[in-house]
Amino acid sequence: MNAVELDHVTLMLGARAVLADTSFAIRPGEFIGVLGPNGAGKTTLMRAILGLLPPAGGTLRVFGEAPQRGNPHIGYLPQVRTVLPDLRVRGLDFIAASLNGERWGLPHASRADRRMIDDTLALVGARALANRPISAMSGGERQRLLLAQALIGSPKLLLLDEPLISLDAHHQEVAIDVVRKISRERGITVLFSAHELNQLLGTLDRVLYLGNGRAVLGTVDEVITAPVLSKLYGTDIQVLRADGHIFVMSRGRDVEGSAHQHDHNHDGHGHHHH
Amino acid sequence: MFQYDFMNNAFAAAGIVAVVSGIVGYFLVMRGQTFAGHALSHIGFAGATGASLIGLAPLWGLVGFTLAAGITMGVLSERISNRDVAIGIVLALALGLGLLFLHYYTSFATQATALLFGNVLAVDHTMIATLAVLSIVTLLALGAIMRPLIFASLQPELAEAKGVPLRFVSTAFLAVVALAVSECAQIVGVLLVFTLMVGPPAAAQRLATGLWSGLALAALLALAEAWLGITIAYYTDWPVSFCIACLSALGYFAAVLMPLPRARMTASEPA
Repeated sequence: MNAVELDHVTLMLGARAVLADTSFAIRPGEFIGVLGPNGAGKTTLMRAILGLLPPAGGTLRVFGEAPQRGNPHIGYLPQVRTVLPDLRVRGLDFIAASLNGERWGLPHASRADRRMIDDTLALVGARALANRPISAMSGGERQRLLLAQALIGSPKLLLLDEPLISLDAHHQEVAIDVVRKISRERGITVLFSAHELNQLLGTLDRVLYLGNGRAVLGTVDEVITAPVLSKLYGTDIQVLRADGHIFVMSRGRDVEGSAHQHDHNHDGHGHHHH
Repeated sequence: MFQYDFMNNAFAAAGIVAVVSGIVGYFLVMRGQTFAGHALSHIGFAGATGASLIGLAPLWGLVGFTLAAGITMGVLSERISNRDVAIGIVLALALGLGLLFLHYYTSFATQATALLFGNVLAVDHTMIATLAVLSIVTLLALGAIMRPLIFASLQPELAEAKGVPLRFVSTAFLAVVALAVSECAQIVGVLLVFTLMVGPPAAAQRLATGLWSGLALAALLALAEAWLGITIAYYTDWPVSFCIACLSALGYFAAVLMPLPRARMTASEPA
């Protein structure tokens, strides 16, 4: 049984087909790097897998079943939007609010919940965040908090939407290593979307490259080629390999480099935590 | 001052309302929807004056109008409740409408002042009982939605993925806010609901990092400010709402200026 399977799936966002008649299958335990230009549908695909966006055509299956909101097998790290700057909620309470957060009534975190949160924070090396207010955390610390949250409840599938945004280079490496280690140990399937291919080269099993309403799934050597990417970008693409790195260029410009420049330094605190 | 019946009534009514305002306001501040709360109170002004015009108690006009407006804002949700301009225009329209209703209502001046700035010293036993019942309904409704409300406020994308009905939760919450605003307006008036619904919870959120401690502190601050305000008013003969407004501002700015615990701010974990 495949972890995620698309059979001639079409995903519409308003009148625009983000994915048109797309088929691919992700096997359990695979680490998939999800790449593609802005607006190519990385987030939309994840929302469809979560059951938030029903396909306009075709069949989408998650572990053999139709996508369903609240699927306990999926751990999700949404792309970071604005966090209210004055929010002085502690990290522990922030995560606790997400445990069974869909149930009615008063919030309640049992001792077992607290221990589970604490253990998971320790797993990503962020135990100290439990007692820190969100407003006092750097962007990188918030990301680690969210990563820990996504891992709670032993998911079989991790959907990580741009988890490297607002992390400095060191913490990007740490985040990738943590996800790789945990997913290998527990056999978790990972969809890891990113702007930059090179950091994931040593980690990913296959690449899912989105663009122009299409998706291509395959190994790096199969997908990161001039003909495939030219189709996905709808423009002439050159692929240069140098020193173990891969550069995807369009008319002499690095398309990945120019796409993620706006992501730098959302930190806002100006100091780093090590 | 407790030998006067109207003072005892004022303390009882203000006490009930302050606790509800502090607790509901805590979530209003957490969600960054304070402006929506302000708009609801202005819309309530039109409801209250309209009710007076047709011979009903202003409170029921307030409750009816704010509830309807709160639910409408919730249903239109993303399209309107977070848009400052749309809310601003609607609240100005509501105030204008209130003025029109007042124009046709004979006891113009006293009624207007009482609605706009509150008249807690004129509260009677019936009003206290009504406020108590409304408060219980408000808190029960809030308690029923509190868990998904917090989740949806902190992480809307994830909450949606986990199956929280975002629109229903935000609509139900705005209905709760509408009830709280109606009660609060009885004490400090529609123009000054911020003094109890935003000042104390905002201060509490700066001081407390836990959920329950924050809620308790918000309720306690609101209660202290309301009662202290009435006491100061009694001895100085200044308007009650003015005194509460001063204390609310004082409490908030004291909390803002208070240095954050540095050890926590710069705490770092082992590499």
